[in-house]
Order: sequence, then structure tokens, then C-alpha cells
Amino acid sequence: MIGTKTMNGSVARLKMISNIRNFILVGGSAITLSACNSNFGAFRGATTQGKDIFSLYQGFWYTAIGVASVTFGALLYVVIKFRKRDDSIPIQRHSNVPIEVIYTVIPTLIVAVLFFFTVKVENKVTEVSSTPNLRLTVTAFQWGWRFSYPNGASIVSQGANYPQMVLPMGETVTVKLLSQDVVHGFYIPQFDFSRYALPGFTNYFDLNPTKLGTFIGRCSALCGLYHGEMLFSVRVVTPTQFQTWLSQQKVAAT
Amino acid sequence: MTIAQDHRSLEHGDGEHLVEPRGMYKWLTSTDHKMIGKSYMYTSLVFLLIAGSMAMIIRAQLMSPNGHVVSQQMYNELFTIHGSIMLYLFAGPFAFGGFANYILPLQIGAPDMAFPRLNALSYWLYLTGGTTMLLGFFTAGGAAAFGWVAYAPLSSYTNAPGPGPDLWIIAIALTGFSGIFTAVNLITTAFYLRAPGLTMFRMPIFTWNMVVTGMLILIAFPILTAAMIMLYSDRHLGTHFFTVSGGGSPVMWQNLFWFFGHPEVYILALPYFGMVSEIVPVFSRKPVFGYKGLVFATLAIAALSTGVWAHHMYTTGTVLLPFFSALSLLIAVPTGIKVFTWIGTMWGGNISFQTPMLFVIGFLVTFVMGGITGVMLASPPIDFAVHDTYFVVAHFHQVLAGTAIFAGFAGFYYWYPKITGRLLRESLGKLQFWMAFIAFNLTFIPQYLAGLRGMPRRVPVYLVQDHVTFLNQLSSVGAFVTFLSFVVWLVNLWVSWKRPVLAGDNPWDGHTLEWGTTSPPPHHNFISLPPIRSQRPVWDANHPEHADYNNRHVLEAKKVTSR
Repeated sequence: MIGTKTMNGSVARLKMISNIRNFILVGGSAITLSACNSNFGAFRGATTQGKDIFSLYQGFWYTAIGVASVTFGALLYVVIKFRKRDDSIPIQRHSNVPIEVIYTVIPTLIVAVLFFFTVKVENKVTEVSSTPNLRLTVTAFQWGWRFSYPNGASIVSQGANYPQMVLPMGETVTVKLLSQDVVHGFYIPQFDFSRYALPGFTNYFDLNPTKLGTFIGRCSALCGLYHGEMLFSVRVVTPTQFQTWLSQQKVAAT
Repeated sequence: MTIAQDHRSLEHGDGEHLVEPRGMYKWLTSTDHKMIGKSYMYTSLVFLLIAGSMAMIIRAQLMSPNGHVVSQQMYNELFTIHGSIMLYLFAGPFAFGGFANYILPLQIGAPDMAFPRLNALSYWLYLTGGTTMLLGFFTAGGAAAFGWVAYAPLSSYTNAPGPGPDLWIIAIALTGFSGIFTAVNLITTAFYLRAPGLTMFRMPIFTWNMVVTGMLILIAFPILTAAMIMLYSDRHLGTHFFTVSGGGSPVMWQNLFWFFGHPEVYILALPYFGMVSEIVPVFSRKPVFGYKGLVFATLAIAALSTGVWAHHMYTTGTVLLPFFSALSLLIAVPTGIKVFTWIGTMWGGNISFQTPMLFVIGFLVTFVMGGITGVMLASPPIDFAVHDTYFVVAHFHQVLAGTAIFAGFAGFYYWYPKITGRLLRESLGKLQFWMAFIAFNLTFIPQYLAGLRGMPRRVPVYLVQDHVTFLNQLSSVGAFVTFLSFVVWLVNLWVSWKRPVLAGDNPWDGHTLEWGTTSPPPHHNFISLPPIRSQRPVWDANHPEHADYNNRHVLEAKKVTSR
């Protein structure tokens, strides 16, 4: 009560400003967090690689909320505080070296930290195991997919029935990715992962599925007329189910 | 300097007795930078409306999961030409052909560009190139349908037969040359035709940005033009630059294209940053904050932009070097400096929110959002998850289209009185701004979410179980209203033309030399120049008690830096 009584105009204004700032900080992050259920709109990644990518993505989002709050907070503040009230000419200040140094150095430090985690996660997700449990060849073509298993089983797209790739859960799968004609993109949204299938260049990458279920896969790189319909699906099953399935495919092939 | 001065007085003598041609004949024969600048501006705005109409058809198709507004082939042609127009025929030429052509010589007190006839050639190459691109729609096989990036081998003769793609290639080569000539002209003009007293560090930020843009054009456009010639010869002359069977490499195309493509992004952005750096000080009634820092940030952006091209190629798996990620992340620093200097300029000011300033605020909001998601995309693992999805579409529309439209219209409303001597209507301008600002963000924020839910770009159909239908409908409604905001702008042009309100020479209390001449300026721009003793000669002349050359804070800042 005493505080309110002695509070002069400038303190009141400062308090109002800090209230506005708090409102933006807390309110902004709360809306973002609740609206996106702290996934920030993304899938959590149904492979170990995808999970790593997802946590990096979360880290970038937390940084982004901080940076955006400061920037938009400052913008909102100047727009409200310094809007034209009379015809006076304000103080003609040209520069303020300490502030300029601060807004150069702090962003540099932020991106340095982001870069550190980027490299760490990138090394992890691009690592290709020398002893995978399964080696799988994926060939993209206009406009479909072929999944070839080491035992000779091969699944190709059949008209409107999109081809299905079957993977064992909890095992390391090394994918060898090829293209028969133009550039395609092997993209599984729920795995948080994509890689281009290039003509004349072979790509290798690992997938360690961590979740049972069926997921949609699609072509991400424009590859001509039916690019939008070049879909496939991924079914992740237990290793035993996978072995049974694989032997059935072999029987079917022979 | 003396040469320039002599030249000016001579030219001025001519101007007194010149009988200027009028109408169509003037448009066809003029080498005056103001005439060419206006031609560029209005031509590129027509291209914007054409590309915008294409976007409306694209958004109509995406209103439902299995849209049947256009055929899949037509859809591919539409987004290819939409992107090509926006990047090659609108955003660039509007800025460096239109604004820079008109404003740069005025800002440095020059009578014209250094090479007036080369300037006219640039415009005619641009108009020819643009028309050539649109002609693709009238060929039997239709226009190019391989995206504005024309990835090999989708752009080979086998995969994209017919004259439509050839017309596209020729169009890009023609506009490429046009851009190169304009860049030569801008750089030479800024280096050699500055008025006495206008040192490099007194050049307005817009002029500085145009010099740096010109340098970037000279680095990037020749690569693009060469790549187009290689592509054409692959298609017709039996070479194998990009065909695997002949020993070529399709990834080579991506390297060449993006070595152009990433500097291109800054070629498109820097001129608009320059416009913002002109408008913010004038409407805040303050000098630009941290002038030198701003200039060095521009140079840093230009330098870094030549080393980040492979961030468009992370998912090819051919360039996983962290180098490209480091530089791409680092470019956020000078870009951030720019944003903070704009806020710093407003800080402590007396900000008047007329239409140009409103558009600047709209630009800042969309640009910062797009910039932050850009930092995410600079990280290869995150890019693996969202590359080629609507997340990327939303990102580059917020940074590129947001910049070209919001900062571009800010510039248009700001300099229109100088160009025509008339004011545009404030009420209609504000209506246009609020419609565009709300609708533009309604268009692109849902697209981030659609991308995160796995919707790839360049698809005419999607699945119901993707749960992106509602997001796409929001986005389409936003797009339609954004387009309506352009109609408001056209109405504004019409009303202001039919019932003119005279602007006077300096309606905004401008700072730089273009506000020191009549509106519109006379044939060779200036009858007389005010003394140039700082970055703001016209401000100094109009407000001698607050002039920069005897300003307390300038002196203080000098003391700090020299210590």
C-alpha cells in the first residue's frame, strides 16, 4: 500500500512496461506451448535418428521464443512508446557503440551454441553402421518405389496401391537409396527424415525404428507430372514378425 | 569529381532547350533513368499481378484434398511460372530496375545513370525476357513445369520436351543479361557520379545497399546465365553437362544453380532493406542509428551469402560439411544487426505511422518470423525433417515475398510523391496495409504447420488423413484477401490519378538529396544542390539547428570511436 502511494509517474510507467513485457514473454510462450502441445507442430520422430532431430528442433524453438520475445517486445515497445505526440524534433542520436557491440556479440554467441548442437546431432543421424541388422535398397522412379530386401524379395508400386516397406522395430536398417531417372525425395514425415534419391549418386543412411505402426511416406522433390501421387507406406513390426514376413515374401517371389 | 561536375553543367545546358518526346514515343526512345525506372516499376508490378493471379489458382486447387480446378500438368506449369516471375521478373527488377534506377542517381545528386543507353537496353532485355517466359503458355506442350529451380535431369529434353522449357531458359538468360547490365550501371554511377561532398560514408543506406546488390549480381548472375546456356546445349547440342549416361552430373546443376540462388536471395532482399533504412529515419525524425554498423552488416551479408549455397542441398547427402551450416547460421548475425538498427532508429524518435511506415512495421514482423525459421532451416538435421515441405514454402514467402511486398509497397508509397508529384490516399493505403498484413500472415503461418505435418511442396493433391485440409483452407482464404489488398492499391492509384492531391517537393520531411529537387524532378534532376556536409543534406538545410554537421551526439560518437 505504501509503495502504491509513493509511486511516481515514471515508476508507474516502468512497471507498466515490465507488465507488458511479462505479458508478451509468458503469454506468447504459453500460447505457443499449449497450441502446439510442446511439439511445436512437429512429429516426435519414430526412429532414434528422428528423436534426435526432434530434440534439436525443440532446442531451436526454445531459442527462437527467446529471440522473438526480445525482438518483438522491443518493437512493440518503441511503436507504443515513441509514437508521434507533437511536432517536436527528438534528440538526434546517431549511434551508441556499447549497444551496437551487445547486439552483435550476443547473437554470435547464440548461433555458436546452435551450431555446436547442430554438428553433434548431424554426426549422430548421418552415421552409417558397418554392421546393420538389415540392408535395404530403395529405388525411386517416375512415379513409384522399389524396396529390395537382401534375400531377393522386392516390393514395387502397383497402380493405386502404394508399395509398402516393412521394417523391424529396434533394429538398425541401412538404406541404400538410388534413383532410376530424375531427382526424387525419400521422405517419411513421422520419422522426421528425408533424403534425395539422385541419379548417378548413391546415398546411404540408417534408420532405427522405435515405434510400431504404419506411416505415410512420400516423394518430396518435384519429379514430374505425378509427383504429388508418388506415395508409399512404412510398416514397422517386431523383429520376429519381420522375419516371418520376409520369408513369406521370399516364398512368394520363388 | 570534377569530370562529373563538368558533365552535369553541360548536360544541364542541353536540358534547357530540350523538346522532350511524349507518350508512346517517349517510352520507346527514352534513356532518362527516371523514365526507365518508371517503366521497370510498372512492368514489374504487372508481373506481380500476373504471378499473384497464378497463386490464386494454385490456392483454389489446394482448397480441398483432391482439387480439380486445374490439371496436374497445368498445376506444375503454374507454380513454375509463379515462382519464376516472382523471383526473376518481379522482386529483383522492381527493386534494382525500378527503385534503384529512379532513386539512386537522385540520392547522389547525379543527372542520370553512368550509361543511359545501356540502361535502356537493360529494360528492353527485361521486357523481352519476361514476355518470352509467358509465351510458354501458348505453345503446344505448355510452359516449363519443372519448378523455378529447373533441377536436372527433370529439365532435360527427354523429361521436359517442347519449346515451353526452351522459352523459359531463353527468358532467364535474357533477364540475366539485363540484370548484369543494370548492376554495372548502378556500381559505376555510385562510384563516379556522386556530387561534390558526397563521400562514400555519406551515401544514403539505400544507395549503399544498391552498390552491394550490384556486386552480388555481378558474382551470381553470370553463373546463372552460364548454367542456362549449359542446360540449353544439353537439350539441343548433344552435350552432357548434367546427364549421367554421358558422364555428366545432375548434382552439378544444383551446385551451379544455388551458387546463383543464394546470393540471389540477398540480391532480392538488400534493396528492400535499403528502402526500410530510408523510411524508418524519416518517419522517426531521427538519423539512421549505427550507420557504419549497418553498412558493414550489408557487406557481411553479401560476403557470407556467397558461401551458403549448399544449405539448399543438405538432403542430397552430397554436402554434409558443417561449413555450410556454420555460414548459414552466421548470416543471422548481420541480419539481426539490421533489425536492431531499425529498432534503434525508432527508439527515442517521434514516429509518425503514415502508410509507408505501417508497411515497414509489417515488413519487420513478417521478416523476423521468416528469419527465425530460416535459422532452423540452416541446421541440416532440422532441414532433413522439413526440406521441400510447406515449412520451407512458408519460410521463404515470409522472408522474400514479405520483404518485396511490405518493404516494396513502403517504398512505393514513400517515393510515389517524388515520382509523380502527387500523394496517394492515406485511408486507402492504410486499408491496403491492414488487409495485406493480416491476410499475408493468415496465408503463411498455417503453411508452417502443414509442412510440419508432412505436406510436401509442389503437390496438387494431398490426403485427407494428413489433417492439413483446414490449414490449407485458412491459407487459401488468406491468399484471396491478400490479392484483394492489391485491388485496393489499384483503386488508390486510380483515385489519386483522377483526383490529384499535389505533394510538393518534400511531403515527408525527407533527409536525402532526392527530396531536395522538384517532384517530379526536372530533366537532369537538379537545378541546384544543397551543400552536402553529412549523410542528410536536405535535413541539414531544412533544420539547421538540428543539422548533423554540428550535432552534439555526432561529436560524442566520434570521440568514443577515436578513443
